[in-house]
Order: sequence, then structure tokens, then C-alpha cells
Amino acid sequence: MKVLGKEDTNQEKKNVNYLTAKEVRRISRENRKTTDEFEKTRERKNVSVDEYTTIMKNNDNLMEVENLHTYFFTDIGIVKSVSGVTFDVPKGKTVGIVGESGCGKSVTSLSIMQLVQRPQGQIVEGQIRFDFDEYIYDLAKIPNEKMQQIRGNEISMIFQEPMTSLNPVFRIGLQVDEVIELHNHGMSKEKIKNRTIEMLDMVGIANSEGVYKMFPHELSGGMRQRVMIAMALSCDPKLIIADEPTTALDVTIQAQIMDLLRNLKNKINSSIMLITHDLGVIAEMADFVVVMYAGKVIEKGTAKEIFHNPLHPYTVGLMASRPKIGGLKAGKLYSIPGSVPNPVDMPDYCYFKDRCNRSMKKCNGAYPPEIYVSDTHMVACYHYLDSEEEKHD
Amino acid sequence: MRRYVLKRLAITVALLFVVSLIIYTIMRSIPTSYVENQARMLSQLPGAKSYSEWLAQLNANYGMDKGILLGYMQWFKSAIKGDFGDSWQFNIPVIQKFSQVIWYSFILGAISFILEIIIAIPLGILAARKQYSRTDYSITVIALLGISLPTFFFATILKLIFSVWLGWLPLYGMVGRYYELLSTANQYLDIAIHYILPIMTLTIISIGSLMRYTRTNMLEVLNSDYIRTARAKGLSEKKVINYHAFRNTLIPLVTILGGSLPGLFAGALITETLFQIPGIGYTAYLAMVSGDIPFTMFYMVFMAILTLLGTLIADILYAVVDPRVRVS
Repeated sequence: MKVLGKEDTNQEKKNVNYLTAKEVRRISRENRKTTDEFEKTRERKNVSVDEYTTIMKNNDNLMEVENLHTYFFTDIGIVKSVSGVTFDVPKGKTVGIVGESGCGKSVTSLSIMQLVQRPQGQIVEGQIRFDFDEYIYDLAKIPNEKMQQIRGNEISMIFQEPMTSLNPVFRIGLQVDEVIELHNHGMSKEKIKNRTIEMLDMVGIANSEGVYKMFPHELSGGMRQRVMIAMALSCDPKLIIADEPTTALDVTIQAQIMDLLRNLKNKINSSIMLITHDLGVIAEMADFVVVMYAGKVIEKGTAKEIFHNPLHPYTVGLMASRPKIGGLKAGKLYSIPGSVPNPVDMPDYCYFKDRCNRSMKKCNGAYPPEIYVSDTHMVACYHYLDSEEEKHD
Repeated sequence: MRRYVLKRLAITVALLFVVSLIIYTIMRSIPTSYVENQARMLSQLPGAKSYSEWLAQLNANYGMDKGILLGYMQWFKSAIKGDFGDSWQFNIPVIQKFSQVIWYSFILGAISFILEIIIAIPLGILAARKQYSRTDYSITVIALLGISLPTFFFATILKLIFSVWLGWLPLYGMVGRYYELLSTANQYLDIAIHYILPIMTLTIISIGSLMRYTRTNMLEVLNSDYIRTARAKGLSEKKVINYHAFRNTLIPLVTILGGSLPGLFAGALITETLFQIPGIGYTAYLAMVSGDIPFTMFYMVFMAILTLLGTLIADILYAVVDPRVRVS
């Protein structure tokens, strides 16, 4: 390993794992400058409504995420957690987002909620159009006060860690009451309490009156996740973002929670954005599937298209690495070779090329464009470029 | 809970016994001997008995002729009845001297304790909210200054600035020269003015650690999942910080603050000595340098009781603020 000198900083290829103190200082200075600017725009008072009002491209959609870029400005460089993500969430449908850990699924959902850790994390580009019936706002540009009225009300979120997602020092009742009270001004205390108990009943908590008075540590993980779901549903949201809601739970409870979500969805008719790396869950729940890899959408389509006709080599690999019942006899579980590229120093060719078993000469070129093989099925891979051209010709 | 407290109290008593024995042994073994000093002084008077004669007589009078263990047993026997004997240095019963001076220390400690809380906790929260910002760094630098400057150095600097250069505040003492001539209201004012510098010293010295402690705990809480949940509910940032986060930061804070409550009675030995405030710290200092065994024994045992009481209070308060440790 070579020590980087002054001249070396300008070299085209450098070792990203080694940074001199000087470089770190330069990077953090630049980052501060950039993030300060973003913060300044964010913190402005009295932003006019026109600035974040927009129009939907398709009126059947509840939310349209377009070309979303969320970057983290860290001391080792800019981490492009989400770079150019585009997908739609139609009204009343479930959209599943799959991908391995660190591919930007959660950051996408946090960007929608505007809960990305600021000032390091910033939405640098793109639109998140959301249909609130009377008006359509761009959530990427909406000011904080406005967003506070939307969070927990129109869009709510269920997190992956039920064990730590409830505040340990407050009673369950208080925590659910709080969100109802916040978004229903002037509701009487009695009514709020009744609504909370009703919600706890709805998510299948038998002893709802008793649980109302309990502290989170008195409940099991599954029960806590039910409380989280009750909290998320209590204001009849238009969109529920479930960020790996069953990851921390054991398998039987997972199935129960998934059943619960599916039943509730039919009852309240809202859209669900389901983030998971469990393909089984996606197959059962989702109408549409978005496959993400290293901060980009590499394939998306209806659940049927993705499961019956996966096109991108990564999706194919993902499908192959599912454990099958009775499949263990066949030997080892399949895994995709190699690892994800360094997020600070992404290559300029296809991010999957180095792990891909079907890579060809063309793959060394620029990042592949989005290719639509059907109206709904998109894939970003050079292998399907020709078929598209044929169709258009 | 009750059994727990009783068990803790039993351990406390056993600990106190051992601690007092150690202190007594040390007091008997240190070179400063009150009796020897007295004997030397008395033997130098015209026509007096010789030094060794005086020493033997005084040793017998003060009960120093017995061995350390026997001497300790004698002390322990009367101490358990609440009789700590007469102070050699001050010539009055130890308890009487103690009740004369303790309130000066208590007021000094209480005011700086309250100021410490009022200043350090909000600063700590502010620093945590704006982590790595200019505000955070400046607060941290001030806190570090407070932690690292020794009391005697800092007190001397304050004296130099406010008494010597500016001449605003008295250099030391608890009352001014004309205290007796003042009206009651002015007498209080006089004491208050004399208290400003010691309180400033004590507060600034203690702010640093509490502020750092608050900042660390607040940061930990702010990064936890339930704070993200609170934000996801749509709560305003103010409510998230002041209610959801602060209530959790309070758990470790209340524990250490509660634990330091008995310390209000301990006096501030260095600060009181520097400003010559006749509190318990200064008095104990005088007693110690003159080898006054009864008073020193009383003060040290009192300190030990306060320390043990502090940990007990801390443990009980923990159960009060954290529902997870509450025992039904």
C-alpha cells in the first residue's frame, strides 16, 4: 500500500480505504459547506406553498418517487445511499421493496418520511410526489412543520425493531394516545382512549384495557410490534411504510404479523410499502416489486413478472438463494459471489458487473439504462437492450 | 424493595465499622500529634514539668496511652451512643461545633448544586442536539476547562480578577469588617456578597462533568429507535427532545444527582479553606492539621455515612425513574 502524497490526491485511481488526515479534513470541510447550504434551504421560514406543490404523472398513483438521490456526507466521502430511485406506489396496492442489507431500502423509506439523519444525510435531488386528495405535495421539498402534520397521519411507519421502537418509560396507552391526539385536534380525552383501545383490539391484542396501562417491557416482541402497528394505523394513513416489520421476530410471530397486516390492509384500504429481504413475504403480500441494488432500482414490475420471469442477473441470483422446502438435500444454499462495491467509490459501469456471471463486453460501458420489457416490467441490464430496440423498431 | 433496603443498610453498618477503624488507625499513626504539641508547649512554660512528664500525663488524660485497637474500641463504644466526645482543638463537644458550622457549608453547597443543574443540563442537551457544531465544540471546551482547572488555581484567578483588579468582591471571609454595625437586611446582603466567589468557583468546577454526562446520555437517547418512532409520529422536534428524549436522559441524571445529594453536607474543603468560610470543610481542615482526633473521626465517619447514603439514594431513585427496574 502506497502512502498518498500531495500529487497522489489528483491521481485517477486511488485507494479509498486509505485517507490522510489532510484529506479527511478537506472532505469534512467540503461536506460542511454542502450540508450547511442544504440546511439553510431547509430551515427557511414561510416557504410558499407553490414551491412544493406539484402534479402527479398518473392519477392512479398515491405516491411517485422519481430520480431520488439521498446522500450521506461522511468524513470518508459522500455515500450515495440512494442514487436515482424511481418507482410508483399505486392507490390501495402493496409495493414490496427487496434488496440485500445496505442497498438503500431503508434510506428510501426514511427519505419519504424525511427522517434521514440530518445534517449528514440529505435528499440532494429528485421528487417524492404524494397525493393528498386536495393537493399534491413534493415531500422532498416540503418544510418541516408541514411534514410533521403528515407523519403519523397520512404516512405512517412500522419499524424493524419492535423491542426498542417503543419508549421504555411511557405506558403503551400514552404512546398511542399521543399520536391520535396530535392529529385529531379537539378530540376529548375519553374518545382518544376509546380509539386507542379500539386500535389495540383491532391488531389482535386480547387484553387491550390491561395493555393500555402497561409499560413496553411488560410485552413480548410480537405484542410490541402489534402496538406499533396499532399506532401506525390509528390515524387512517394513506400510506403505511413497513420497514422489515418481521425481521426481529421468530417465524410463527412473523406469519401472524404478516397475516395481520394483510387483513388490516383490506379493512382500511391504504397502500403499503413493504421493505424486506424476505422474498417469501413479498410473494405473498406485494402487488408490485421493486428490486434494489447498491442504491439503484435494478428491476421492477408486478409480483408475477418478477417471480415468474426474473430478468436481471441479480434478481435471478436472489431467487436462487432462497431456501426451498426439501431443497436442502441438494447441498449448500446458493449465494451470489463477491460483495457490494464500496459505497464511497462506486464504479461508473454496472454496479453488479463484478459479481455477475453473465457479464459481457458491453457491461464495461456506462451504467445500463432503464429498459422496459413490458409496460410494467423494467430492468437495468444490457442483456435486454436488444429486445427493447426490436420492440420499438 | 423493603428487604433490599434493609439488606443494604446492614451492609452499610458493617462497612462503617471497618471504615472508622481504618481512619482511627491512620489518625493515630500520622506524625501530627495534638498531645505532643500540647506537651511541648506546656513544658516550655516557666517552671513547668519536663516534656516527658507532660506527655505521659496528657496521654493518660486524652486516652492515648492505650493501643490503637483498645483506643478505637473506647471511641466506638461512646460513638455508638451518639457521644463523639469533645473536640481538642475547639474545646467544645464535637456535635456542638458541627451544628455551628454545617449550615454555612450546606448553603454554599445547595446554591452551587442548584446552579450547576440549571446551567449544565440545558447546555448538555444543547450540545447533544447540535453535535459537532460550533455550539457543541465551544460548550465542550468550556466544560473541559471547568473539569481540568484545579479548584485552588481557578479560585485564585477569580480572586485576582474580581477582588484585586476590579475590586468588586471581597477577597475572602464570610462577613465584612463592619458586619456588626449593619442592619439585619444588610447583614444578609453582606454574607451574600461574600458567598459569590466561592459559589462561582464551586459551580464552574462542577458544571463540566455534569454537562458532559448529560451530553453523552442525550446523544445515546437521541440515536435510539424510540426517538425515531416519536419523530415518525409527527411530534414537533421540541416535544421529541423535551419530553421523549429528556425523560430517558433523566434516568442516569437523577441517579447521579440523587447520589450526590448527601454531598451537600460534606462541605467543600479546598474552596472553604481558600475563602476562609467557616463551614464544615474548613473546620475539618483545621481539626486535621492540629491532630484533633475526636473531630476528625466524627467528620470522616460522617463523610463515610454520606457516601454510603448517596449510593443507596441513587439505587432507590433508579427504581423511581425507570419503570423497568421497579419492583412491585
